[in-house]
Amino acid sequence: MEACVVGASTGGVAALRRLLRGLDAGFRPSVIVVQHTGTEGFGMLVSLLRDSCALPVSEARAREPVLPGHVYLAPPRYHLLVEHRRHFSLSVDERVCHVRPSADVLFASAAEVWREQLVAVLLTGANDDGARGAAQVRGLGGKLIVQDPAEAEAPEMPAAALRLAGADHLLPLAGIAPLLMKLAGRPAA
Amino acid sequence: MHLTDRQDIEIALFVEALRKRHGYDFGQYAPASFKRRVLGLATALHLRSVSELTERVIHDDGFIHAVIERLSVPVSELFREPQTFVALREHVLPQLASYPHINIWQAGCAHGEEAYSMAILLREAGMYERAQIYATDFSDAALAKAQEGIYPSREMPLYLENYRKAGGKARLQDYCTEKYDYLKMHDELRAHITFANHNLVSDGVFGEMHLILCRNVLIYFTDPLQDRVLGLFRDSLVRGGYLCIGIKESLSFSAVAADFQLLSRELPVFRRVAPKAVP
Ligand SMILES: C[S@@+](CC[C@H](N)C(=O)[O-])C[C@H]1O[C@@H](n2cnc3c(N)ncnc32)[C@H](O)[C@@H]1O
Repeated sequence: MEACVVGASTGGVAALRRLLRGLDAGFRPSVIVVQHTGTEGFGMLVSLLRDSCALPVSEARAREPVLPGHVYLAPPRYHLLVEHRRHFSLSVDERVCHVRPSADVLFASAAEVWREQLVAVLLTGANDDGARGAAQVRGLGGKLIVQDPAEAEAPEMPAAALRLAGADHLLPLAGIAPLLMKLAGRPAA
Repeated sequence: MHLTDRQDIEIALFVEALRKRHGYDFGQYAPASFKRRVLGLATALHLRSVSELTERVIHDDGFIHAVIERLSVPVSELFREPQTFVALREHVLPQLASYPHINIWQAGCAHGEEAYSMAILLREAGMYERAQIYATDFSDAALAKAQEGIYPSREMPLYLENYRKAGGKARLQDYCTEKYDYLKMHDELRAHITFANHNLVSDGVFGEMHLILCRNVLIYFTDPLQDRVLGLFRDSLVRGGYLCIGIKESLSFSAVAADFQLLSRELPVFRRVAPKAVP
């Protein structure tokens, strides 16, 4: 696995903190996260995740290369995409599933770049963003991990992904980081 | 070969057709979002593939207008990125106040939101009567909408919030009329705005400008095209003139960076400095 894309919405901040806490400093794949938040909450989100994670965490910036072992967050009000040369680009195209940034947009572009080397994770959320993108990830040979809707704070997002894309792994939140570690060839924490 | 790889071939041919047949060159647009838009265009027109788009682009004369309308991204807001308007009000307008006449070029104007916002800002600074705003875009469809200045009322809460954060001095409702589900910008705001077609890819310099705003357009361009466009802006500005780009854009990847000076670290506002003398 070279990269991991993560989509989360309602209840996502707590879920992301738990997920990232389970990755150690030797985790090499790039981690790219779309969490729906307002402009106000974003700075707070970056610092919260920084505190919960052994890896460097920063806002994804246009034209910046996607580095291994780094966690990136999509900035509010922009879609985040990955280009073939493995750098980020941003767009202010129309909202997708009523949101911008949209996990669909990130997942679809990342799927094209990393193909079988990509793992997508869909966490708690109260809309259906990410489902189409997840289907594209699987269609191009990537793996999809979906948080069990039964235990998600908001079940709609993982449930929508399951309906449209199915999943390679359906797991409670606590099981996702260990699986990512395994897929990245790390010993479990 | 996977469908997505075949689509990349089709898109390359589509770009070639647009260029050869109509003179529009999308070869330097950032590929990921461009692909999304082209596929969206084909879907919206109920075409099965990008190749069908290409065929129509080549053989159907009038079709190009619909293509440009859809490939352009006329998504904007009144007072979008309000902190930039605060910077303009506090740092830029006072500097421009000494000019008897102020030329402003707003490139990539979408449906006119930014041009009207600028007109309001100038009015509140008492400078509008002396100003001329050239608002340009390469989409005629977007320009026609911009000329009308009509926006859906459901956007009003966002506009009001932006206007407040931009430090607006009046009520936004004073500048527009709300009717049914729409709001229409008042005619007097249009008095000093000229909407015109200008393609940043292929058209040239735009006169003695004191301020250029081009926000959320450069993010769609790859580095070489961004350099071309920034060169255009540099050559269109009077010495000491200002360039304002989007909050997620920067000059640091560009060859023209040396010709500009950043006003403050937090804001994407630059001042054109004198070119360095060649020794
Ligand atoms: C996302 S909008 C930005 C609107 C506004 N400046 C803002 O920040 O809200 C991008 C605009 O750039 C225009 N555009 C794209 N390529 C262009 C080109 N080559 N020449 C002129 N305008 C272009 C599009 O038609 C669209 O209206």
